[in-house]
Amino acid sequence: MHAPEDSAPSQLTLDAIPLQQQVVVQSVAGERGFRRRLLELGLLPGTPVSVVRVAPLGDPLELSLRGSRLSIRRFEASQIRVVPA
Amino acid sequence: MSATATVDNVATSEPLILLAGNPNSGKSTLFNRLTGGSARTGNYPGVTVESSIGSTRLGSGTATIVDLPGAYSLVARTLEERVTLKAVLGLDGQPTPDVVALCADATVLSRSLYLLLQLQELGVPVVLVLTMSDQAGDTLPPTHTLSDLLGCPVVRTVAREGEGLDDLRAALSTALAQDPPQPLWRWEPGEDLEEAIEAAMDALPEGWPRQHGLGLWALMSWSDTDDGGLPAGLAEAVSRLHLHPEDIDDEAISGRYGWLDRELLPLLQGEADRSFTEKLDRVLIHPVAGFGIFLLVMGLLFQGLFAWSDPAIGAIESLFEWLAVLVEGSMAPSLGRDLLVEGVIGGVGGVVVFLPQILLLFLLLGLLEDSGYLARVAYLMDRVMRLMGLNGRAFVPMLSGFACAVPAIMATRSMPRERDRLLTMMVVPLMTCSARLPVYTLIIGTLFAGEAWVQSGLLLGMYVFSVVTALAAAWLMSKTVLRAEPVPLVLELPTYRWPKLRDVALMMWRRAREFLKDAGTVILVCTIVVWGLLSFPQNVPLSQDYDAAIAAAASPEQVEALEQQREGEQLAGSYAGQVGRFIEPVIEPLGFDWKIGVGLIGAFAAREVFVSTMGVVYSVGEDIDEQDEGLRARMHAETHPDGSPVYTPLAGLSLLVFFALSAQCMSTLAVVKRETRGWKWPIFMVVYMTGLAWVASFVVYQGGRLLGLG
Repeated sequence: MHAPEDSAPSQLTLDAIPLQQQVVVQSVAGERGFRRRLLELGLLPGTPVSVVRVAPLGDPLELSLRGSRLSIRRFEASQIRVVPA
Repeated sequence: MSATATVDNVATSEPLILLAGNPNSGKSTLFNRLTGGSARTGNYPGVTVESSIGSTRLGSGTATIVDLPGAYSLVARTLEERVTLKAVLGLDGQPTPDVVALCADATVLSRSLYLLLQLQELGVPVVLVLTMSDQAGDTLPPTHTLSDLLGCPVVRTVAREGEGLDDLRAALSTALAQDPPQPLWRWEPGEDLEEAIEAAMDALPEGWPRQHGLGLWALMSWSDTDDGGLPAGLAEAVSRLHLHPEDIDDEAISGRYGWLDRELLPLLQGEADRSFTEKLDRVLIHPVAGFGIFLLVMGLLFQGLFAWSDPAIGAIESLFEWLAVLVEGSMAPSLGRDLLVEGVIGGVGGVVVFLPQILLLFLLLGLLEDSGYLARVAYLMDRVMRLMGLNGRAFVPMLSGFACAVPAIMATRSMPRERDRLLTMMVVPLMTCSARLPVYTLIIGTLFAGEAWVQSGLLLGMYVFSVVTALAAAWLMSKTVLRAEPVPLVLELPTYRWPKLRDVALMMWRRAREFLKDAGTVILVCTIVVWGLLSFPQNVPLSQDYDAAIAAAASPEQVEALEQQREGEQLAGSYAGQVGRFIEPVIEPLGFDWKIGVGLIGAFAAREVFVSTMGVVYSVGEDIDEQDEGLRARMHAETHPDGSPVYTPLAGLSLLVFFALSAQCMSTLAVVKRETRGWKWPIFMVVYMTGLAWVASFVVYQGGRLLGLG
């Protein structure tokens, strides 16, 4: 897996993709500690990810990556740029 | 080869083994298996983080084994994760482990191995324990292949079934006999990073090993807004390096994952089967069905705490009453007998009576957590709890607060972040707990007699009021005393598993034991103090010679009336009575007289004690309940010196509001003291809740008078 570097920043963010659609992480932004933790959990540039579902009250989102399921809030997801797989 | 340092419960000349791993990695199950279930609780200095400590048989000897809190990384995001680094390296007075058994959930292997690479970079001796290897099935390569690749012993276990434990013991014994490994790096830092790492290493505190891994750890932990728990000198040195923290994170983390992706992924045969969990989740977190089931499960939890614990609570109360009667009957009247009956037996009974709710809550909580559903509760309720500056994990403790704040506060331990835990603890006692109900029933039933809908409306209103004040207090504290950088939610939704009853039972037993031992002693002492306040001084001046009057009494009813009158006078003259009079000017603006003040002091033992204390104050006897007509009639008749009634509906409303808000429960305070390991937070709780209660009751009473209501 390698990050699609050098390409222009994607306009697509993780909070805005259709459910179940497989995409690839381009970049992760956000407060350092949180960003670092997402990276450490394997949400790195180049990692395939999808949004499996949205919680009934509209937030948070459930992500599928590397065989595990992580839940993060919409706001933080909006700081993760993705490109189509 | 052995740990000799003495740090809070780990004092041993035996080899020391630490169990580390991600949350939900099956550490606790493995710990219970290795230790046979017997463990004591240790805590880390300065933080409210605890770990279980036990002993395990290894070859011909035994080893001490410590179950560390779950962590995803050695670079901490929470206080509890900071414990991990210090424990695995033996920093700051912690004993150095001889080997770390790293539990890795085989179904999410690459993520679990991230922590392994961090440990190896620090030269920590590791035995890798693959847990849930049955669920990973044939996606896993043979253990010797993994072992060759990872450069450490690898053992496959299914801890729930006890499989692989002998292999694990053998691997641990072998590892103990070997010298610690050299640091092992799977990626090479670039020139700039290497330079920064060396600079950070130079600033490491005395006694810390000069390791590149620690230098990198310092660089990744420090930030402008958070010192990351670094020692002051080190934080300052790192801040002078003018780094781009994001670049360091990118380089190190993608260095490690890059290696795992290159070397490990090709060995794995696809991903573990999640279809069972997926099918369940389609229902359990479905927008409609999921919420329905959620309400049902929470309703069950609530009903359980409220109703199922009731028979056991009743039985415990009867048992201690029987014991009290027994002692009273077999000893001559004396101060010692009173102390024994009302202080000691009453106090121990007052502690034990919490056990049914504590055991039930931890039974239900354990089942929810081990099955994986608790994470779904947090997922479902996050949006709601966010309004209070908390996240979804606070939901179950808050809900439990409706039954009793004591187990609810103990339940906050399932929340990973200390600040969130404190915030939840501080507002849980505002919830309408079951001990408030007798008081509410007495006041509402006495002063708002008449239309049934007024009474039930008022009671419902008290519930709504408690939720609103808890929300508001949490919001306010999250902006003031417990203000913190918002920590975005990262919640893992683990696969569903059958809970292991043995693990749940062990946790129930440990929590109950901690409560009895730590909070119980405080509660017992407080009970004796409150008893002393209500019973001393003994020879108060009485209005008549009761002994003579009782001897001359014509009927048993007369004797009883005289005895109750004497009790009332004695209480009036007691320290509690004196305190009641002393505080009367303070509570008068709330519509309370000194007699209510005495009731408030009695209620500190437990809120429902207000009812029996008022019974003694008004000489109708203490063996009454909130439905007692004698007490109600007496309250109606009670007047101020100027002849106006004490118990007006407005004063009643003020009293309701006071009981809703004030921290009148020493057991709650004892548990907060136990969970926060200090007096600071319980004292804060008393001050803020009682202050709030006073102000709110003042507004109700004086506002009502201005409006001409009372």
